[in-house]
Amino acid sequence: MSHDTTHAPEAQHGEHEHHETPVVFGFWVYLMTDCILFGTLFVVFAVMCHQFAGGPTGKELFDITNVEIETAILLFSSITYGFASIAAHARKKSAVLAWLLVTFVLGVSFVGLEIHEFADLVERGAGPDRSAFLSSFFTLVGTHGLHVTIGLIWMFILFFQILGRQGLSDRMQSKLTCLSLFWHFLDIVWICVFTFVYLGSVM
Amino acid sequence: MSQAHTTSHEGESHGSVGSYITGFVLAVILTVASFATVLTHAFSFWTTLVVMSILAVVQIFVHLVFFLHMNTSSKQRWNLMTFAVTALTVLILVCGSLFVLWNTQMHMMAR
Repeated sequence: MSHDTTHAPEAQHGEHEHHETPVVFGFWVYLMTDCILFGTLFVVFAVMCHQFAGGPTGKELFDITNVEIETAILLFSSITYGFASIAAHARKKSAVLAWLLVTFVLGVSFVGLEIHEFADLVERGAGPDRSAFLSSFFTLVGTHGLHVTIGLIWMFILFFQILGRQGLSDRMQSKLTCLSLFWHFLDIVWICVFTFVYLGSVM
Repeated sequence: MSQAHTTSHEGESHGSVGSYITGFVLAVILTVASFATVLTHAFSFWTTLVVMSILAVVQIFVHLVFFLHMNTSSKQRWNLMTFAVTALTVLILVCGSLFVLWNTQMHMMAR
């Protein structure tokens, strides 16, 4: 890796040096393609949301309290990741690690709640094979959950890389920025999920 | 905190504690408003749909500005342009598909 990690000794603390490397822009473009993926899945859900095939409707199935908790968890994890980015720019390694840990725990509890919800639905005979409505529901919400899981694996790896020899090098900073974009992007997708999938189904 | 903001936001890609908290408070208000609108059944079906859609769109912009630090500075121009093209693509995808498929369903009496 030819990336230069040496720094001027007067480590620019207050100065807002810009980490928008081509890597970060490239990642942004990837996120834009992900937007289109989710847009497609939302359309499928919108078209299929009344095809119950005589099975249960969203109103009968969804536990809104659970959705409220999931929403709160993701929102909190967004701000805790934000604090990790601020700490990273201030080059406070232990603060970065602490906030990443908090974000990770929140993310894991989100995925845990979602898996619990899915298992409960399948147990009640409302699995993805029950109706077109449920197929599209599981595909859409499951794809979001899968993204969150991948984000968590990424966060886990970054945690140990920062803990290790690399510390908060420029390269790690730009990786943290990419994950930050990914994590906040998933929260944006979740806004559409709770609005149009859950609230839309019970209204 | 130490990350005091100057008036110039040029080239800044990360927020301050203040901007994150502002974004968070706005997001909480919008989320609670959205849940309350639907769960209290205060409005008719279409009004509810319109109100919650508007709340969702506003919250998306709150997240984009305060969490993803999207702005109109020159350094962000390409991010903004790719976002605009993507938003347009998704809009065509969503509106076009709904228009075509809902009409198809109506004509085939599937509903």
